Amino acid sequence: MSIIKVERKVLEKNDALAARNREVFRQHGVFVVNIVSSPGSGKTNILERTLEHLKDSLRVTVIEGDVQTDLDAQRVAKFGVPVVQIITNGGCHLDANLIQNALESVNLSGFQLLIIENVGNLVCPANYDLGENMKIVVASTTEGDDKPLKYPGMFRNASALIINKIDLLPYVDCNLEELKSNALRINPALKVFETSCKTRQGIAEWCAWLKDRLADKK
Amino acid sequence: MHELSVAQNIIEIIRQSVPESKWNQVTAVRVEIGAVAGIVPDSLEFSFQAITTESVLSNAKLITEFIPFRVHCRTCNTETENEEGFAMCGKCGSTDIRIISGTELRIKEIELEETIETL
Repeated sequence: MSIIKVERKVLEKNDALAARNREVFRQHGVFVVNIVSSPGSGKTNILERTLEHLKDSLRVTVIEGDVQTDLDAQRVAKFGVPVVQIITNGGCHLDANLIQNALESVNLSGFQLLIIENVGNLVCPANYDLGENMKIVVASTTEGDDKPLKYPGMFRNASALIINKIDLLPYVDCNLEELKSNALRINPALKVFETSCKTRQGIAEWCAWLKDRLADKK
Repeated sequence: MHELSVAQNIIEIIRQSVPESKWNQVTAVRVEIGAVAGIVPDSLEFSFQAITTESVLSNAKLITEFIPFRVHCRTCNTETENEEGFAMCGKCGSTDIRIISGTELRIKEIELEETIETL
């Protein structure tokens, strides 16, 4: 028997492509946010409220990732921002290669912010670097307060946690303080926002923080 | 369930690391999986088996090695382990920590069964 020492990261190919994407983003001076969450937590809704809030002060472009349909791209297009839809045809996450391919249809010149909405899935997207500046994880009150403990990978790699559907808190079994403390046990550096896309609570705070991150990068 | 695409990446690295004439001699590939890598070892082994059956790599078995989640505390200078992936020192409770291990998803080595060539 003979042994070949390998010592290579399994996802090194994705990491290399992500590094190339990151360089493209840097050259264009565009800040990139990767939004992740389980299905139905309100990623697209957060994106809509964010566009509504930022589109007059920032030039924003969007990449939508979904398993099927371009329904989300249609929603986003209503805000007058360019949007490219990636359909993964069953794939459970976006990877750096899909983003690289999508970039052929995305004009980054003159844009300051690219928002990538990942496939709704709280497991797989955590492993795949797309070349983004930061990941934002959305968790809604209807999902309960134990998600960070059950799906720690997504919370460990994120810069901010948006707790959405905060207006439903009186009606659901979710202890807000418990949800926050669970998330911070996994990642003490997480910046936490509480939002409602219905009442627009917390949207201004989240957008202000996001704009500060863009300013930090410059 | 991204174990299938992870298994495809592993196969690609095997093909790059072993000369093509020896692919059918690969008997095992050892993969280190961290406690918080987000990979289910059984699913990965199943996926690997499913896509190597009836291929030139059909003799290869995927063997996973578990790497625990360990943190180093900058406050009390201790290393502790926890199963939950908490970014917290197990001794003093400080969150000023550095993750030492547990996020790995790495191919360690490939084993080949050399066939003895007879004249």
